[in-house]
Amino acid sequence: MSARDEVLAQVRRSLSVTGDEPSRRGAVAERLERHPRNLVPRRGEGDHAHRVRLFAEMARAVSATIEELADPAEIPAAVQNYLRSRNLPQELRHGADPLIAALPWSEGAPSLERRKGRADMRDETSLSHAFAGVAETGTLILTSGPDNPTTLNFLPENHIVILFADDIAGNYEDVWDRLRRMNGSNLPRTVNMITGPSRTGDIEQTIELGAHGPRRLHIMIVDRRAD
Amino acid sequence: MMDPRANAFKENAAKALANETLQSALSIAKPRFVDKRHKAKERLPEFDSLRDVARDIKNHTLAHLDLYLEAYEAKVKAQGGHVHWAATAEEGRRIILDLCRRFGARTVTKGKSMISEEIDLNEALERAGIAPVETDLGEYIVQLRGERPSHIIAPAVHLTKTEIESDFRRVHAHLPKARNLSEITAIVGEAREVLREKYAQADVGITGANYLVAETGTSIIVTNEGNGDLTQILPRAHIVLASIEKLVPTLEDVSTILRVLARSATGQEFSAYTTLSTGPRRKDDPDGPSEYHVVMLDNGRSRMLGTEFQDMLRCIRCGACMNHCPVYLSVGGHAYGWVYPGPMGAVLTPSLIGIEQSALLPNASTFCGRCEEVCPMRIPLPKMMRHWREREFSRHLAPATQRYGLKLWAFFATRPLLYRWASTIAHRALRLMAAGQGRMAFLPLAGAWTKHRDFPAPERKTFQEMWKEKRK
Repeated sequence: MSARDEVLAQVRRSLSVTGDEPSRRGAVAERLERHPRNLVPRRGEGDHAHRVRLFAEMARAVSATIEELADPAEIPAAVQNYLRSRNLPQELRHGADPLIAALPWSEGAPSLERRKGRADMRDETSLSHAFAGVAETGTLILTSGPDNPTTLNFLPENHIVILFADDIAGNYEDVWDRLRRMNGSNLPRTVNMITGPSRTGDIEQTIELGAHGPRRLHIMIVDRRAD
Repeated sequence: MMDPRANAFKENAAKALANETLQSALSIAKPRFVDKRHKAKERLPEFDSLRDVARDIKNHTLAHLDLYLEAYEAKVKAQGGHVHWAATAEEGRRIILDLCRRFGARTVTKGKSMISEEIDLNEALERAGIAPVETDLGEYIVQLRGERPSHIIAPAVHLTKTEIESDFRRVHAHLPKARNLSEITAIVGEAREVLREKYAQADVGITGANYLVAETGTSIIVTNEGNGDLTQILPRAHIVLASIEKLVPTLEDVSTILRVLARSATGQEFSAYTTLSTGPRRKDDPDGPSEYHVVMLDNGRSRMLGTEFQDMLRCIRCGACMNHCPVYLSVGGHAYGWVYPGPMGAVLTPSLIGIEQSALLPNASTFCGRCEEVCPMRIPLPKMMRHWREREFSRHLAPATQRYGLKLWAFFATRPLLYRWASTIAHRALRLMAAGQGRMAFLPLAGAWTKHRDFPAPERKTFQEMWKEKRK
């Protein structure tokens, strides 16, 4: 008997079931198919303005910095200013995200050197475009792929993230529904839920930022252009 | 399997109580653990209701575990991943060694995994000439010291920064001697630099899994440092070591459990990084592992189903029970002598390695009930410790003095007049000894007990006297 059969047989012996019971099979199939929502905290409920406010408040509480922009065209200049104000080199790594590619870089950030593709150990700052935000805990949702490679989220010390205000959901469940509308139950290879910069409390339960991932997380909440 | 020293709990505890470094480290940790969780709970009005829902989700999953395991496996395969089944620790080690050899691994980075401790994976890798590198800061520190984690989420909680500084100076001998490591910031920065090199060298990354989602065939890790992520996205292969009870049905279900996990563990609203991994790198992906393998470990868990210990399989390893346990906070995790310390360990360890190896652990409790009170999955830990005590007693594993003591007590208890007479005398004697202090620092014949704690003086009247007065 294979280890697989052995484990499953022992589970069934212990539960006193055969695995063929229609009622049990039905219950499992239905839960996987319908994925019903459980109790969802009320905190995230409210209109667009409430969600944006709550997201910013929760993200700031975990040491992310927030900048609100009225137009995506402002992003390049904001990136340049951010790097300058932190004394960081005018260098940036990002993926093939079409939104990022279409930004007016040469006008807004003429001295910025941009590199495309996955991050490597030398990159100091990266830029990603978040799939969504979750207001209830100030959490960013980023998905892997050529547009926004996962290494951008962890290797550089400084991570700048573009989050469109209308991509901010009240709770995690709303984001899962959005992902399912795109790919059914097939998730991207990696879905990162990111809440503030990297931290550790492993030495004397004292919080220290920048343990392995980014020391700084800067979130630009951007209104979508009304065109 | 790591040689269990759980039966040496008494000796271990005595040493721990006399260890000044440990006592100072625990006294730093205790108020922080308790205060942080309390504040997080206060901020979320639905917290206690979410605990009920989380319990129900796991109960449903465990009752249908065979079917969810099959559904999960099918989904992982459909996404190009592999699932390997291991009934025992030995099989788990063998599967991982075979995979590492197949990928030509010389260095393996590791995210934090208690199951890896449970199956002694690091020793097995080292014997095979493969260097395992723990990347969670606390795990890295205990690995440098040749120790085991003393807490399931804060592995180095038994140490203060002074010890850690001297370990770093000893092991990172290539760095300048004159460097300043007196601040925690400098220690964390040095670990970051050293481990960056290891990430770059690693051929395989091994992580645990906080959850496995049947609906999507996904494994989930929860970290604050981001070490688990660098471990799994940089090397060519990602191996997930998980156990069968990590299953949850859907993304909605895991969301509910995540809402109680970080709040119970560290008092955070949400951990910094919660990462969902599904299968290997896709066709157009510029990063991520090309190979994705899940090792599904049983190691005794399936036998807990259908017994009075089934509820223990709801455990999500948050550590709240030990963070609130007066015994754990007095003796630390190493005294428990095996992988899982604190109240959850006192229940789980006998299930996994046998009560013969760990008969003292279910007794390492004051039965104050705090563990059950704070458990996000509402596991009745004290009740299960009592189950183990009953088994221990019925198998004659309890010490002879305890058996004679209980026999002596039974002799009096079944003779009411004698019992009243004896208990009245003992009551008066104890009150005299306490001399109005409410407690006594020394008790004849119980010197070992009173050495590290005071014995409370009895109330003014015995229970039976008060009972009589009430009835009048």
